[in-house]
Amino acid sequence: MGVKLLLEHAHVEGIRYYDTYRKNGGYRSVEKALKMTPDEIVEEVKKSGLRGRGGAGFPTGMKWSFLAKPEGVPRHLVCNADESEPGTFKDRYLMEFIPHLLVEGLIVSSFALGSNATYIYIRGEYAWIAEILEQAIAEARNNGWLGKNILGTGFDCEIYVHRGAGAYICGEETALIESLEGKRGNPRIKPPFPAIQGVWMRPTVVNNVETLAAVVPIINMGGEEYAKIGVGKSTGTKLLSACGNINKPGIYEIDMTISVEEFIFSDEYCGGIAKGKRLKACIPGGSSVPILPANLLLKTAKGETRMMSYEGLAEGGFATGTMMGSGGFEVLDEDQCVVRHTMTLARFYNHESCGQCSPCREGTGWMYKILKNIEYGKGKMSDIDLLWDIQRKIEGNTICPLGDAAAWPVAAAIRHFRDEFEWHILNPEESQKRNYGMAHYADPIHVPTVA
Amino acid sequence: MSEQAPKFKVTIDNITIEVPAGTTILNAARMIGGDVTPPAMCYYSKLKESGGKCRTCLVEVSKGSEKDPRPMPKLVASCRTTVMDGMEVKNITSDKVLDARKGIVEFLLMNHPLDCPVCDQAGECDLQDLSYEHGSEGTRYEFDRRKFEKEDIGPYIQLHMTRCILCYRCVFTADQLTGKREHGVLERGDHSEISTLLGKSLDNEFIGNVIDVCPVGALTDKTFRFKNRVWFTKPVDAHRDCPTCSGKVRLWMRGDEVFRVTARKDQWGEVEEWICNDCRFHKKEVKDWVIEGPSHVRRSSVIAQGHYEHTQKPHVLIDKVIGKQPVLKMDIHSISDVNKPEIDLSKIEGPAHSTDFEGNKLLGNG
Ligand SMILES: Cc1cc2nc3c(=O)[nH]c(=O)nc-3n(C[C@H](O)[C@H](O)[C@H](O)COP(=O)(O)O)c2cc1C
Ligand code: SF4
Ligand code: SF4
Ligand code: FES
Repeated sequence: MGVKLLLEHAHVEGIRYYDTYRKNGGYRSVEKALKMTPDEIVEEVKKSGLRGRGGAGFPTGMKWSFLAKPEGVPRHLVCNADESEPGTFKDRYLMEFIPHLLVEGLIVSSFALGSNATYIYIRGEYAWIAEILEQAIAEARNNGWLGKNILGTGFDCEIYVHRGAGAYICGEETALIESLEGKRGNPRIKPPFPAIQGVWMRPTVVNNVETLAAVVPIINMGGEEYAKIGVGKSTGTKLLSACGNINKPGIYEIDMTISVEEFIFSDEYCGGIAKGKRLKACIPGGSSVPILPANLLLKTAKGETRMMSYEGLAEGGFATGTMMGSGGFEVLDEDQCVVRHTMTLARFYNHESCGQCSPCREGTGWMYKILKNIEYGKGKMSDIDLLWDIQRKIEGNTICPLGDAAAWPVAAAIRHFRDEFEWHILNPEESQKRNYGMAHYADPIHVPTVA
Repeated sequence: MSEQAPKFKVTIDNITIEVPAGTTILNAARMIGGDVTPPAMCYYSKLKESGGKCRTCLVEVSKGSEKDPRPMPKLVASCRTTVMDGMEVKNITSDKVLDARKGIVEFLLMNHPLDCPVCDQAGECDLQDLSYEHGSEGTRYEFDRRKFEKEDIGPYIQLHMTRCILCYRCVFTADQLTGKREHGVLERGDHSEISTLLGKSLDNEFIGNVIDVCPVGALTDKTFRFKNRVWFTKPVDAHRDCPTCSGKVRLWMRGDEVFRVTARKDQWGEVEEWICNDCRFHKKEVKDWVIEGPSHVRRSSVIAQGHYEHTQKPHVLIDKVIGKQPVLKMDIHSISDVNKPEIDLSKIEGPAHSTDFEGNKLLGNG
């Protein structure tokens, strides 16, 4: 069994409610943190090596230390609970079953950052979870963990839950801020960054749910101890939401020292591919990260075992690697069609583009239409190069990373599964009846010997 | 308490200039002028928060600053990126920029109806200019183009959403000139559309300016609709004593007839001073105006094609920058009878009549 920091008490009966949570050691970190100075807390988080769990993996302590602190201007902490990336549903689990862990993390983080009004921006579809959170906040308040003069320290803090209206783009931090202000959820043009001008032009930190929950064990055990778990720059534990053709879909907490193979096939985690099928491909970090064929997923291009860590998954760059992203682990078995899968994702990004900038607004729709043609047997050979060129012209040229997120899956699918696309085009009728199948995607890769 | 803003040195396409700190790359390039100026389809210097959206003005920053010389990893929107001291920027000298810009033009044109022959904006359309200068001849887009119903927003303005490039200029104009949030964007992504609150008509005395800021023919003047082509009319500067606005306008005339009234525009195609609806829509008689004389057209516009005497062509820098002469892709006179080169519009006594363009019935020199 690996170390469990976030889900340690997840199965304790009644852990959703204050009394049980408190009995199991809840709110200790607040007691400890409020005796420290805000800077000391930031220092602990820096030492912990914690990286943002929302997708980009930016070091949290560093992000906190960038927060501007002009005299007399309020600052805000905003918790990003918009969780809308296809395949990612880890924050949901945390908030639904252990809501007090997030509330606890928010109080400590608010104190560290000097936020007296902290917001949880939650996707509208999580309607019942917003209520769970509000109940937890009320319980915390009744027990003196929120409100005025918390624990007699003079620190005031309120947490507000704000429901989104169902747009993926509102997970992007500046679109989220616009939406929180009651405006259309268009990402802002940066700079200025939220750390300087965020909500209502005040300095703001936006962090993911899991990131803020992880602050609790960091304070309890100390940043240095936390950093001992894991490997390299992948410290602590990470929640993964595993789905697709596996025997045991669900939420897993891993310390990032295991291999991808172990994660998929071990009984402790995904329990292998369902129905005795073979593994064809996997998107290990939510729909935006590059898809990998089985062979490159389990072994790197150098022939080494691929590890379930930020560095391990990224090994090989975009040419032969992928990313940890938000931890949405999607497994495809031999019966899955990569063309269809790519088309589905393209439709998603087309539908979710905010439409502000031309490459993403127009390019996402174009890619979707071409992929639809290929999938339904109406594709042309030249479409593949055209798709490649479109994604290339979107990537890096947009206001926010949604453009990149739309481009990467298409690029990776063509890079690794080009022959499956070609087969679809060359066999327009057969491809409507059966799938390309496993082909060579699990074959060992020839590893060049290094002189 | 006038503290001199520090000056920053910036080099754009090998031409160095000193600009006040806080200047954007685009505005620094505009100070140099000519070909090194990136095209801007959404930025509008008179509208706060504009820019950053169309991505036509992307440039490469090959050196961040004297202090931190690292290049910027991605192309940046020059309209929203401020210069740093010692920054080096590549616009037309960067293949990456030219390639990306070609892509942007293709994206902008992809769903555009290309109905220029029936579009009132033709001849003064930024999208036409952009595609002519930066686009490719064909499109690789083989699907149906997006369509919207035409919509009247108020008695004088028509919204032809199908032609819109979602630059948001009209949104900022409506917000900032009229002080209300009644005109904005509905929906999302490629089905976004400009609309007004509950489809209501906008009755504000400055709302007509949205027509002038629109880079394409999505917002047009209903009092001018289909009455004439821009290049058959002659721009004349005029003013009147207006209780609401400065009253300084541009009349688009043919003979003694005033076909259209617009604001005066500068060399970047931006309105110099906003004008009110009364001047724009209701003063269509010569007697309403004090005529100052033919306008100075400071852009290479379709008007300039008529050998218009008051044209000031932008200076050409391309030879200095990349050592090549500009290529004339098409000489309009070789394929069109319109604006015959032998007819010097500005030499015609008073505004031109269509008879001036007929056959060889030319003035003196014909
Ligand atoms: C299109 C888009 C959607 C995003 N959605 C989410 C989301 O649902 N949840 C989240 O935590 N971060 C999301 N992000 C990342 C946020 O912008 C931001 O980086 C993150 O909340 C920072 O938190 P962290 O540093 O704790 O990871 C999204 C980013 C983009 C570009
Ligand atoms: S990249 Fe897409 S989602 Fe992001 S700002 Fe541009 S249009 Fe909107
Ligand atoms: S209607 Fe015109 S000004 Fe308004 S967003 Fe569209 S193109 Fe821009
Ligand atoms: S002018 Fe700069 S992005 Fe449109």
